[in-house]
Amino acid sequence: MVRYLLVLLFMALAGTASAQGRTCPENTLCIDVNIGTIEPLPFALPTFQAETPDAQQVAADISRVISEDLTGTGLFRQIQQEAFISQVAAFSDPIRFPDWRAINAQALITGSVAVNGTQLVVKFRLYDVFTGEQLGEGQQLAGTTDGWRRMAHKVADQVYARVTGEQPYFDSRVVFVAETGPKDNRLKRLAIMDFDGANVQYLTDSSSIVLAPRFSPNGDRVLYTSYESGFPRINMIDVASVGRREIQTAPGEMAFSPRFSRDGQEVIYSLANGGNTDIYKTSLATGQSIRLTQAPSIETAPSLSPDGSQIVFESDRSGNQQIYIMSAGGGEPRRISSGSGRYGTPVWSPRGDLVAFTKQDQGRFFIGVMRTDGSEERLLTASPLDEGPTWSPNGRVIMFMRDPLGATGEPSLYSVDITGRNLKRIPTPGPASDPSWGPLQP
Amino acid sequence: MFSYRTALFLVAGLALSACTDPDRFGENGAGGDPNGGFGEGVPLGGPGGANDPTSPAFFNQTVGDRVLFAVDQSTLTPAAQQTLNGQAQWLLQNSDYLAVIEGHADEQGTREYNLALGARRANAVREYLVSQGVPGSRLQTVSYGKERPIEICSTEECYRQNRRAVTVISITATS
Repeated sequence: MVRYLLVLLFMALAGTASAQGRTCPENTLCIDVNIGTIEPLPFALPTFQAETPDAQQVAADISRVISEDLTGTGLFRQIQQEAFISQVAAFSDPIRFPDWRAINAQALITGSVAVNGTQLVVKFRLYDVFTGEQLGEGQQLAGTTDGWRRMAHKVADQVYARVTGEQPYFDSRVVFVAETGPKDNRLKRLAIMDFDGANVQYLTDSSSIVLAPRFSPNGDRVLYTSYESGFPRINMIDVASVGRREIQTAPGEMAFSPRFSRDGQEVIYSLANGGNTDIYKTSLATGQSIRLTQAPSIETAPSLSPDGSQIVFESDRSGNQQIYIMSAGGGEPRRISSGSGRYGTPVWSPRGDLVAFTKQDQGRFFIGVMRTDGSEERLLTASPLDEGPTWSPNGRVIMFMRDPLGATGEPSLYSVDITGRNLKRIPTPGPASDPSWGPLQP
Repeated sequence: MFSYRTALFLVAGLALSACTDPDRFGENGAGGDPNGGFGEGVPLGGPGGANDPTSPAFFNQTVGDRVLFAVDQSTLTPAAQQTLNGQAQWLLQNSDYLAVIEGHADEQGTREYNLALGARRANAVREYLVSQGVPGSRLQTVSYGKERPIEICSTEECYRQNRRAVTVISITATS
């Protein structure tokens, strides 16, 4: 019998695998994300049991979101409920594994949902069908009913982590620019959404242009470029209160391309002075600024390494845009990009091993990744305009903007695995650009 | 047996409530003048239509308020320099006016790089006008990168019009 890549689980609890992923032992319930799957792992998820009469709807909703999270990775495939031989009548009932084996389910996810006023309690278990063993321990999540989506994401995160051995990413948010209006009079607003496009909330109105937001390391604040003053300036907004302020930078005509330092206490950004753009760093607490690059060329789009010791950025000092790495304190940069075309918007992966970038070559745009020494460049996407990669919290997925161009073309957000598989559009209420993926929420 | 890990999620539970008011800013977030600070048109004040050589309208239409650039370049072409000679002359003769020079790029470039490229273009124009005697104190620059195309097709004919620096005349505070 074909067991695809997996089977029997072992104590593959989240977080125990190495950052390089893992090799799946034979006959284990396990997905090696580095290989990806040619055959997605089939799972059965009977609609979670409603333990209270008013939990029926939310139980169905939570079950649906868990399934969407898992199948959305391209690593899992849901077996339709019509195929089920046995039903799970109650969460505590014993599992009839032969019935699930007969329909080739490899994983079985069972759960229950109880509503008490505004309180919501979700329980779930994950089973390896072929061994008849539970994978990891059952869990209970408690929250409020309006947070049901996050609880579904948390369950899916647990399943993903246990089966892949990777850090999960479903319970995370993305800040982006929501666009309306014709291209020659575009209105732009900052907005925030769940990673899957749900729960869109707006952070600013459309009275001035906003560009290229970036989350703080813990997701509580967002840095972005705003034209509120009439000139590009760096603003910071508090996500919860939407209180915002302009960040005092070193003096210059315009400041843009802001990113948080890894401790969230400094801003690394670009400043244009006399038409020349360099990279600077300013302390949020003291306002003290340090100039990090000193060249007559354009230096912009900085991104810090996970340990905060290095900065990857783009520069056209060679004559066109290329990617360089320097120490976080400045100093002589070394070029890492070497292929044909122009390379921009480098973003260091949260795992530290890769840099994602936008490449332009012969009139087309590509999203790609390379190792931090520039080797092993791989292009993951291609279109008339793909731009601005951002990493999922676990470094397995990249989100970016795609614009089909033309007078009526509307930009939207896409995601793709770093294997190059599973390219898909993220549903947003309207045109969208400049995504920045935030951290896994606590 | 089921293992209850409630404690792990109690903290999370506090933060699990979702916002029930997704848009604090009303329908479509129309918060104000969307074009604030964006000047393709000119805030005309005082007398003078397009035929009055001292009018900003004359500057825009007859002198020429914009110069164009080659792909990924900020070098001023001979035609651009000729236009800027006229701009400098006009600015010297009409010293009540200030100008903001807007640098723009076409959509064939990444957003932040194009901001820097627009800054370079605006500064090239500013430096040229200063070299022709216009006091630098009257000239500000701003870059819009690829945010404000005037032509929205995705062909070279449109891109060419969008790779521009526009000198936008404004009135001094004292006039």
